[in-house]
Amino acid sequence: MTDAIQKPEKKKSSLLQLDARTRTRNAAEKRFKAYGMIAIAFGLLMLSILVFNIVTRGAGAYQQTFIALEVELLAGKLDKKGNRDLDDIKKVSTFGYTPLLSNALEAKVIELGIETDLKAKKMVGILSKSAAAQVRDYVLNNPNKIGETIGFEFLASSRVDGYLKGRVSRDSIGNDKNISPAQLDLVDALKAEGCLAKRFNMSFITGSDASDARPEAAGMGTSMIGSFFMMLVVLVLALPIGVAASIYLEEFAPKNWITDIIEVNISNLAAVPSIVFGILGLAVFINYMHLPNSAPLVGGLVLTLMTLPTIIISTRASLKAVPPSIRDAALGVGASKMQSVFHHVLPLAAPGILTGTIIGLAQALGETAPLLLIGMVGFIASNPPDSIATGLLSPNSAMPAQIYEWAKRADPAFYERAWGGIIILLVFLVTMNTIAVILRRRFERRW
Amino acid sequence: MNDKNIMESHMGTTAIKISARDVQVYYGDNHAIKDVSIDIEDKTVTAFIGPSGCGKSTFLRCLNRMNDTIDICKVTGSIRIDDEDIYDRRVDPVQLRAKVGMVFQKPNPFPKSIYDNVAYGPRIHGLAQNKADLDDIVERALRRGAIWNEVKDRLQSPGIGLSGGQQQRLCIARAVATEPEVLLMDEPCSALDPIATAQVEELIDELRQSFSVVIVTHSMQQAARVSQKTAFFHLGNMVEYGETGQIFTTPQDPRTESYITGRIG
Ligand SMILES: Nc1ncnc2c1ncn2[C@@H]1O[C@H](COP(=O)(O)OP(=O)(O)O)[C@@H](O)[C@H]1O
Ligand SMILES: [Mg+2]
Repeated sequence: MTDAIQKPEKKKSSLLQLDARTRTRNAAEKRFKAYGMIAIAFGLLMLSILVFNIVTRGAGAYQQTFIALEVELLAGKLDKKGNRDLDDIKKVSTFGYTPLLSNALEAKVIELGIETDLKAKKMVGILSKSAAAQVRDYVLNNPNKIGETIGFEFLASSRVDGYLKGRVSRDSIGNDKNISPAQLDLVDALKAEGCLAKRFNMSFITGSDASDARPEAAGMGTSMIGSFFMMLVVLVLALPIGVAASIYLEEFAPKNWITDIIEVNISNLAAVPSIVFGILGLAVFINYMHLPNSAPLVGGLVLTLMTLPTIIISTRASLKAVPPSIRDAALGVGASKMQSVFHHVLPLAAPGILTGTIIGLAQALGETAPLLLIGMVGFIASNPPDSIATGLLSPNSAMPAQIYEWAKRADPAFYERAWGGIIILLVFLVTMNTIAVILRRRFERRW
Repeated sequence: MNDKNIMESHMGTTAIKISARDVQVYYGDNHAIKDVSIDIEDKTVTAFIGPSGCGKSTFLRCLNRMNDTIDICKVTGSIRIDDEDIYDRRVDPVQLRAKVGMVFQKPNPFPKSIYDNVAYGPRIHGLAQNKADLDDIVERALRRGAIWNEVKDRLQSPGIGLSGGQQQRLCIARAVATEPEVLLMDEPCSALDPIATAQVEELIDELRQSFSVVIVTHSMQQAARVSQKTAFFHLGNMVEYGETGQIFTTPQDPRTESYITGRIG
């Protein structure tokens, strides 16, 4: 019979030899692993390029050039009446202080024996425009020092700073009104004498934004405080509202079409572009409720709207992840629904809720678009707020908005600060996400 | 039916604790319990047996209204405990569950310390006046759960750290700590090894002194070992109910006989 002939002989196979099928299977597996590794390597490569770029471009913002000078606080100029009356001293504007600076600089040049053709008036150009204000602030705080000679450390102008950092060169300043080759000669000489040097610049981290003409004085501090107050608003509003909403939806609400619609809408809200929340905030909080423009309170409210869906979704997920047997156990010993939720379910879900909240906050922290619409982007030079109320209500910026603002300005010195700001923002985000991961790891599956 | 005689012969020693009449349970369109009427006696172990999916757990959960937590579940008929209708509108299921304790199939201790596991019920029901009181209650419950000797030195360590059998005895201790009158057990040994099972069975026999115990089991041997009365469920019907010995030796219904001899199930 044909059957019998065609029946394949069962070959005796050895385990020591791979058959064809196993070989193709192994090859496929190897290929798949290779794809995975290539994907990861590509991701890591991109990440390291990104980090390298940010760090190399932004690191400059943390160093600033300072010039040490001894300034004689001439009584004749600062306090003509000689009665040390603060109101009279205040009448002298920063312009009145400029001659003191040029005197000090000239004295220094003579003392060190530096040869230069520059007039004293021109020499001051190497100092930041904030130098006069710095002396004035000092005098107003210490009027009794008038007449003495005080040592100051002034910021150098951004061109000088750029020269030391290699951003500005003699070739590139051809028609730059702000700096001349002669001034650079002076800078070289002062540097050689050690009274002009680059060092770590704390005020980039703690200071406020500065006007277009003084990039060297601009700092992230005030916008960090703005971000902080916004996050405070988000935390105080979004966490309780989000958690309460999730608990109700997950544990108490009947499952019917109304809750279905709510569920779908929450998921949709999570996907709404943030600029939409911004325009909503503009329409409702500012135009309708007349809350102040540019205030972190409004920014916080807008970001709360944006963060709520994230918190609700992650909270519901962590409530769902608590095994029903725990609820049964609690109900079984006669706990009420609420007792079972608050005594047993919520503590188990807490790490997940916290993780979701932190991730939501991190998202909100980096959000810029909605802030554009409520006036938190722009030059909002302000002093750090002095109380919680002003922190919430007086105009301020936020970290990402500040970065955007700097990147927008023409001066490359601001560009450097934008990169520097990104470093701070990333440090915050990485820290928050790391905390989230640690929390998740630590409390994962305790039951 | 023959049940009646048996029940009457028993009446002299024990009282009826739970009395169910014409109970129907629906999960949506699924008619899971059909027309079940049963009288469960006090200080007796009653076993529910039957093939899986026949509604044993469903009926058990009716007795402490755990079915209320399932949205689609609907219960009709009357179930009376000590002659009070537990489905009366005035009854708060929370209060009922303090009186009708439950032990679940899978050991489910709270992720808390052994002490807190047992103390939780007494705490929320205000059974202890002070810490010493509570300590007493916890110790008594753990002794009744036959686990005191194993855990007395580590009351503060987590309940999850115990072995499966210990966990289940802890859950039993937790259930008895609230001083219930009825103890429902849904296949309490199905996740346990034979030694742990033997310990729990021994425990059930002791618990009979104080409670009316209702135990669901799919092991007929277990039913035979621990129970005095047995009810056989099949496809949502309670087919037969009587003295355990009689059910296993001279079943009245052919379906019971087939199940016991291993032809269905
Ligand atoms: N939560 C539930 N939702 C819907 N149907 C259920 C649920 N629990 C049980 N059932 C159904 O009720 C019937 C009886 O189940 P159950 O009481 O668990 O049986 P047993 O405990 O005897 O194995 C089965 O048909 C099952 O599918
Ligand atoms: Mg069951």
